[in-house]
Amino acid sequence: MMETSYKKKLIKKHTPHSRVLRDCTLAFLFGGAICTLGELLYMLYSYIGFDSEKSGMLVTVSLIFLGALVTALGFFDNIARYSGAGTLVPVTGFANAVTSEAMDSRSEGLVTGIGVKIFNVAGPVILYGILSGVLYGIIYYVYTLIQRGSFF
Amino acid sequence: MEIYMKKITVLKSDIRFISYAAVGGYEERRGPLGEKFDFSDPTDRFGQDTWELAESEMGKVALNTALTKMKLSHSDIDLLVAGDLQNQCVASSIGLSGFGIPFVGVYGACSTCTESLMTLSAFMESSEALKIGAALTTSHNSAAERQFRMPIEYGGQRARSAQWTSTAAGAFILGRRSGIDSPWSEKPKISAFMPGKIVDGATADGSNMGGAMAFAAAESILDYFSESEERPRDYDYIVTGDLGQVGSDILKDILREKLPGAENIHTDCGLLLYDREIQDAHSGASGCGTSASVLASHFLPLLESKKINKILFLSTGALMSPQSLLQGQNIFGIAPIIKLTSPD
Repeated sequence: MMETSYKKKLIKKHTPHSRVLRDCTLAFLFGGAICTLGELLYMLYSYIGFDSEKSGMLVTVSLIFLGALVTALGFFDNIARYSGAGTLVPVTGFANAVTSEAMDSRSEGLVTGIGVKIFNVAGPVILYGILSGVLYGIIYYVYTLIQRGSFF
Repeated sequence: MEIYMKKITVLKSDIRFISYAAVGGYEERRGPLGEKFDFSDPTDRFGQDTWELAESEMGKVALNTALTKMKLSHSDIDLLVAGDLQNQCVASSIGLSGFGIPFVGVYGACSTCTESLMTLSAFMESSEALKIGAALTTSHNSAAERQFRMPIEYGGQRARSAQWTSTAAGAFILGRRSGIDSPWSEKPKISAFMPGKIVDGATADGSNMGGAMAFAAAESILDYFSESEERPRDYDYIVTGDLGQVGSDILKDILREKLPGAENIHTDCGLLLYDREIQDAHSGASGCGTSASVLASHFLPLLESKKINKILFLSTGALMSPQSLLQGQNIFGIAPIIKLTSPD
């Protein structure tokens, strides 16, 4: 029998680290490219005549659509293999997580498959996104009460 | 004086690999062994609507190919032992449902190939009536990814120690020779087996299954040579299932220290199936189809043509579930051994 510490030492010795510099550089370039595309879209929507808030919203929607489209066409995972966090962090990562799960679970039915599993991967983002939204709302509300002096 | 061996079972029956077949998908065809596969489907779909059914169909194709090579039909098979990576081994049950042969389903994670051959030969050793048996092992990348990891089209960066589950199947037909006049004298032989132990892999990292399984492989090899009178130099190869680069490096370190000489004849199916320079396999191939298809496409032909004479073959299994990993449980490894020899 081998000692656990001996095993852990061997695993540590032979497991390759992630290539931080390469990964970060690629993530920066791909993520930057997506954000640049977003900026261009923003300019386009503003040019068409949408106000700042609507243009921002349209950019988000457009990027989600593009992320979903590229996922459905089967390229997203091939790009993400190199880009890593570059495609994961922008809203494209969220679109991919939802679309890929929907594509996968289609074989188990529209309700019992897609319906049940679509947020399998993206679920935590939605749950904790909403929860932190609520928390932020409470803090903000209390803060405004204090500011108005009506809290005490 | 007969030496009493507790762990190793030396088969008294003359059991031969009378036929075998390897079937794979797109990546397997692109790999260095691709030419030697009996059939491969570049779509990975095998004409089916779901990945799960594709795995079933792939197994069926592999078994039928192996049977056709020896002009055998389903009714010639007395017993069928099969396993796969899907929940409840359903790929085998569905794929083989039409065969009408007594069936034993086995699950040994990626050690299923050796486990099924070991189980089948134990059955054949115990009953003279069993003349011909079949063993089948399948794994499908897309079915396994869905079940164990992320959706197929999910875009993420995999760890460098991660492995690529192969879309591959290996089918083996074992036949008993009784007497000198029996056919199949030119076929490779399974002459001994040893079940593996459940060995702690000392990690809960699902991206490093090769590393976790290396210790099970090491313990099995050390056990085998401490009980058997043979030495590593009696063998052409010690073949592990799917340790990949990380697991192979760990195993070699252990062997160098505890069984010097053995590390030089070690080779790993997970490193043979893909060209890791051009294929995105990271540490190597995994999945129970890996060792099954490499055995059927590479090692058995070498044994049959007497280019090599004796190998120890141990598929390595990572015993875990998605739940056990999320609950922080370590991955446990297992590595049953079979001894394969060329025809006399």
